[in-house]
Amino acid sequence: MEHIVIIGNGISGITAARHIRKLSDKKITIISAETEHFFSRTALMYIYMGHMKYEHTKPYEDSFWKKNRIDLKFGLVTAINTEHKSLQLENNENMQYDKLIVATGSISNKFGWKGQDLKSVIGLYSKQDLDQLEAIAPNNEVCQRAVVVGGGLIGIELAEMLHTRKIPVTFLVREERFWDGVLPRGDADMLGRHILSHGIDLRLNSNLSEITSDAHGNANGVIIAETGETISCNLVGLTAGVSPNIGLIKSTAIETDRGVLVNRYLETNVKDVYAIGDCAQQREPIGNRKPIEAVWYTGRMMGEALAQTICGNRMAYNPGHWFNSAKFFDIEYQTYGWVFATPKKGYAHFHWKHDDGQKCITIEYQEASNIFLGINTFGIRMRHEVFDRWLTEQRTTDYVIKNLKEANFDPEFYKTFEEEINNAYKYQFKMAYR
Amino acid sequence: MSTKTNSSMSLAKPDSQTLSKTQKIAVALGIVGLFIMALTLFNVDFPNKPLFLSLSLGLITAGTIMFSNNAYLTKQAGIKNDGVWFKSIASRGLWGWALGIVLTLFYIVLYFKAEWLGLAADGGANGGLVALFDPLSRLLNGGPASQWFVYGTLYTVAILVFGYKFMLKYRHNRYEQLRTISVMFFQLAFAFLIPEFMARLNSETFSLPYYDLKNIWPLNFYNFDKYRVDSMIEAGDIGLAFLIFGIVSIFVISPILTYKYGKRWYCSWVCGCGGLAETAGDPFRHLSDKSQFAWKVERWVVHSVVVFVTLMTTAVIYSYLGNDSSKYWLTKDVFLLGVAGLLTVVFALVMLFKRKELAKDAQYGAIGYFVIIMVLIGMHYFSGTKNVFLVDTYFLKSSYGFLIGAIFSGVIGVGFYPIFGNRVWCRFGCPMAAMLGFQQRLFSKFRITTNGGQCISCGNCSTYCEMGIDVRAYAQKGENIVRSSCVGCGICAAVCPRGVLKLENDSMNGRINSNDILLGNDVDLMDLVNQK
Repeated sequence: MEHIVIIGNGISGITAARHIRKLSDKKITIISAETEHFFSRTALMYIYMGHMKYEHTKPYEDSFWKKNRIDLKFGLVTAINTEHKSLQLENNENMQYDKLIVATGSISNKFGWKGQDLKSVIGLYSKQDLDQLEAIAPNNEVCQRAVVVGGGLIGIELAEMLHTRKIPVTFLVREERFWDGVLPRGDADMLGRHILSHGIDLRLNSNLSEITSDAHGNANGVIIAETGETISCNLVGLTAGVSPNIGLIKSTAIETDRGVLVNRYLETNVKDVYAIGDCAQQREPIGNRKPIEAVWYTGRMMGEALAQTICGNRMAYNPGHWFNSAKFFDIEYQTYGWVFATPKKGYAHFHWKHDDGQKCITIEYQEASNIFLGINTFGIRMRHEVFDRWLTEQRTTDYVIKNLKEANFDPEFYKTFEEEINNAYKYQFKMAYR
Repeated sequence: MSTKTNSSMSLAKPDSQTLSKTQKIAVALGIVGLFIMALTLFNVDFPNKPLFLSLSLGLITAGTIMFSNNAYLTKQAGIKNDGVWFKSIASRGLWGWALGIVLTLFYIVLYFKAEWLGLAADGGANGGLVALFDPLSRLLNGGPASQWFVYGTLYTVAILVFGYKFMLKYRHNRYEQLRTISVMFFQLAFAFLIPEFMARLNSETFSLPYYDLKNIWPLNFYNFDKYRVDSMIEAGDIGLAFLIFGIVSIFVISPILTYKYGKRWYCSWVCGCGGLAETAGDPFRHLSDKSQFAWKVERWVVHSVVVFVTLMTTAVIYSYLGNDSSKYWLTKDVFLLGVAGLLTVVFALVMLFKRKELAKDAQYGAIGYFVIIMVLIGMHYFSGTKNVFLVDTYFLKSSYGFLIGAIFSGVIGVGFYPIFGNRVWCRFGCPMAAMLGFQQRLFSKFRITTNGGQCISCGNCSTYCEMGIDVRAYAQKGENIVRSSCVGCGICAAVCPRGVLKLENDSMNGRINSNDILLGNDVDLMDLVNQK
């Protein structure tokens, strides 16, 4: 019986395993050094916030794996020998594989800051990171201030987490606006105001210069590059993005760049070795997508596609229309299709925002044809299926605005804003063509 | 999932959610209010009962309102679950257990030793706690209070004040707000005031039984008892109207509403048990057991209760009907045939149209149906005038009342809120919920829609499902949630951080969908895998 070994029990590896099991009778082993069972990484924040316990973040009961004959191995892989198709584990145990799936995920970025490896400097990616956070910042007596470096999705999550324990947070964002490498100005401005309204000390245009240390090797402050100001703190969160966790792979015959290089079939240069999820890097990017996509959804989709290939139905990873989601304190965000921070030439944005400062949308479209390319929606839930269909059908923005009600996914009895949006849209065009 | 709690990894005090000064004052007010009531149990005879009763209820209300305002209005609107699992009272810590034990003891005394609360022996005057409520009772229904009046008042106050708290907690969510206004209204008007006013209308020549009109059989399993039916018939047109309403609500109103809106129209918008669970019980909703095992137990227990209550009610009615069709058309035999016929029609329709959806459960359904029919036939051949199968029907009914009505719905159902969560009764014991749920699963437009491929499997929905539904298991497959136990409280959709869930009523087609490959991937792949 063919033995499929998967390194990494995140969403990519687990999805691949589940689908291989559905399609075949192969022997499946998943190795992880992080946790014994699969848990939802995206839910780590809720454990610290007290919304859930670790047990609740496990999407399957512990008995699920045995029932589905998926072997779980809790341990660290230290070496891969692709020639003999074998793995070595921490305790010198060897494991043979017929097919190997590398799904090792990411590690937090560190950009060579002075003091970045001090104690009480953490990232927020793994279960271990969370345990460390809990130890360093259990409450606002032990941790009197925290500094979060990096204005992206993980940074704002960490800020929100610390905020729930009433720990004052200084949030250093390199850019002019929060997450403005991704978000258009109107969206980013609204989020900036929302972050401030929660009492977070948001510092825009602020780079980290260095992290200072006390006598015990604990971080006790950061120095801001632009102003030279020192902010004393007991915790530094480095949340300036993640990069593929491929330390293990680099010493093997498997070709890497920033991530493990794969073709559209998620195959590496070595036969019978595949890579999926955060750690995989497409040799050629797909559409507007980045070659490395560290996103829950894409990890899952790669797992779905690869399972087909492994089970004899060779299939390219062919993601459909881009979508993503996040939550910034109280504001939910969904995106469908492509909305760039600044529209390229020939493209334009339509932006609507509500007076309460909690809702806005930005639509990107092609100016000449009025074709709809994507939407960012904040504070209003919208239907994935409807936008996916509209994108496939290449609907115009006029059509999308007119039919926006169809896409509404807010709970029943919620106030709706389609009419207001429609009026704003008409107004903008009237002004533009006057 | 592990049920051990409060094992935060903090080295220091895990509970950083200490009370604010205002919250401490609010708690003090509430405790003084409760203390006044407690004093009456030690036979303190307050001189001015209306004053002290108002003071007691007023302080409890003021304390809760003050606490809620400080807890929620000082923060921005949004999900307020910070620190839920760190709080002793909400995570089966010391305070949780203490509260559970106090509530349980209260229910035991209420149901079985009401005289300890000060209920008068025959003809005497009330003492203790019951006497404290006499003034209010006289005001509403003209007579002295009973332990049930005390209970009803406290129950209503709880739904009102904790309903207020809940509305502040979810002030960003209109579905939750409207639903809460609805349960508060039905409790205050239908369960509390109207029956008391009705009691006032009773005289020597005219008498109606206590009737909470929103209570529908089998929840009010006693509704067709001889004494009630007799008294309704004797009360002329109004009584008859009540009797007919009772029957119509089972066979017409409830099926129509459940078809259109799912069982939520009752369980989380109207019902008193649901009302208390959604308001006072809200802080305990995450304590429900989500394991597959619990689901299995739930299905067996709750459906057994349905079978029991159906047979029990049939036996009770059967026992007081006559044999002579010339006196009244509804005789014992006609009634039995009617029940058997109705069940057969329902069973046949389900098997004809919904067999596939039921899958393996169809067998259990068939067995259940067979057992009931055999028992009905048995009733016909082996029953005397008062007895069914040599068992006194009164005994049948009183044991149901004791086991299900008192122990299950009260002692376990509410007493154990802080241990098993707030919907234990609704989930494992309520025959009404089971019957509505059966219809919801098979003949209803209601479902919780999953938003394409947006689920991140975080588990908030499952954690906060009071009915112990593993919502995430469906959401992460992109599958709609169509479960008989879902009471449509809407909390899963509220706590979802990515906008994945929506309660809605839509067409029956494609209501139950199962996707192996989620939206977002290659369309060909989705087709290939999903269109088996």
